Amino acid sequence: MKMLATRLVAAAALAALTAGAAHAHRAWILPSQTTVSGIGEYVTIDAAVSNHLFFPDHRPMNVDQVTITGPDGAVVKPANAAQGQYRTTFDLKLEKEGTYRIAQASSGPGGGRGGPPPGGMPAASGAPAGAPPAAPVFLGTSSGPFGAQWTEGKEVKRWRGTLAEFNAQGIDKKKGVELSTSNRRVETFVTVGKPSAVPVTGKGLEISGGTHPNDLYTGEEVALKFADNGKPAAGVELTLISGGDRYRDNEDAIKVTTDKDGVAKVKFPTAGMYWLQAQANTTATIEGKTVKSQSSYVAVLEVLPG
Amino acid sequence: MRHVLKFAAPLAVAGGMAGAAHAGELQLSIEIPKLAAAEYHKPYVAIWIEDGDHKVAANLAVWYDIDNKEGGEKWLKDVRQWWRRTGRELKLPADGLSSPTKPPGVNKVTFKTDAGPLASLKPGSYTLMVEAAREVGGKELVEIPFTLGADATLTATGKTELGAITLKLTQ
Repeated sequence: MKMLATRLVAAAALAALTAGAAHAHRAWILPSQTTVSGIGEYVTIDAAVSNHLFFPDHRPMNVDQVTITGPDGAVVKPANAAQGQYRTTFDLKLEKEGTYRIAQASSGPGGGRGGPPPGGMPAASGAPAGAPPAAPVFLGTSSGPFGAQWTEGKEVKRWRGTLAEFNAQGIDKKKGVELSTSNRRVETFVTVGKPSAVPVTGKGLEISGGTHPNDLYTGEEVALKFADNGKPAAGVELTLISGGDRYRDNEDAIKVTTDKDGVAKVKFPTAGMYWLQAQANTTATIEGKTVKSQSSYVAVLEVLPG
Repeated sequence: MRHVLKFAAPLAVAGGMAGAAHAGELQLSIEIPKLAAAEYHKPYVAIWIEDGDHKVAANLAVWYDIDNKEGGEKWLKDVRQWWRRTGRELKLPADGLSSPTKPPGVNKVTFKTDAGPLASLKPGSYTLMVEAAREVGGKELVEIPFTLGADATLTATGKTELGAITLKLTQ
């Protein structure tokens, strides 16, 4: 049943992609502020998929797909959540010092079967319960899912599961078998007091060091560092677009490419909220296996006046 | 608004006296301007010292809404440069460091050079940093470069949220 549900969600995603959208919609999670002083304060967060940054004009993000992780790694529940026509809003009470991560992240079997669309998965309105569970699924484990494909005679066979199951069920012995995976992450960060390190999950594209995402100021060169499936994400193009795009004629996107260490240096021209997007389609080695990997990543970063 | 005032008019400069019998003092006079605002709040002010490498060398004072039961700390992060460079690592309130906000007018604070936050500083070049942030108002940062180890009286003036700031160093 789980397989069927996932295929329906994937098919809906694919259909939505091709449904005549002139350009890809953008998913984002936008906090009311990213720098906070005082324990017990609140931030309020908007989450939506829209054309403009950061104006809700299309679809809300599914609040059940958002996971909030505190500085100590514990999952925190959102408060006062409401999913409206164009955006989802919820509050977050900040009871610990350090960096909170607010994310919508998911994995799929990849291999071109409803892999993550760039910029965002549509909200799973009406989709069956194939949505990821609320608890963080990916921290530090490669539990999957992975997809595998091979040919037996004239038939194309497909399989899905964890790498452990891949071995245990003998799928690794199938002739010409190809492993694939897809990862998608949309996230933002809020820091109370002193920033704490953001843990690397090892799945898909993610910030993996460099300048802390809540330590960005104009007039300084910052280092944005990325990993893909736990290894430095080299040669990945980052697109950064500042908010308020409705008030200018040009997108004025900043484009930079990561070096062999996964680092791209950026100097932000103006303060404000920025939407960062990156994708990587690679052949990766995960636990010794060759895997076709599709990763997509979006973050909302606040740049303060330096 | 960030206001870096590099010029400062020394009113009296004298060489340090080796082996001075009395303890030295850093006297600060900080003027908070009287502003006509529909909703006026006394500004949050942070005073600290940076060394020649722009590293924080000492925290001298933080004036904020200590007694606010709803959390006066909420607006500390608006004293933006201070918060980022040092404030966010401090445990507040802290004795000798934090005090309530001060009203418009000339506010004086004095620090001994052989005790407290200045005691561990070696003679040399430093910068006094005074940053103010006013609720429903603006921000301003005033810097006064000075030399620790020489008597001096230096003045700089802010434009909006801070008035005349005078630093008097005696050995």
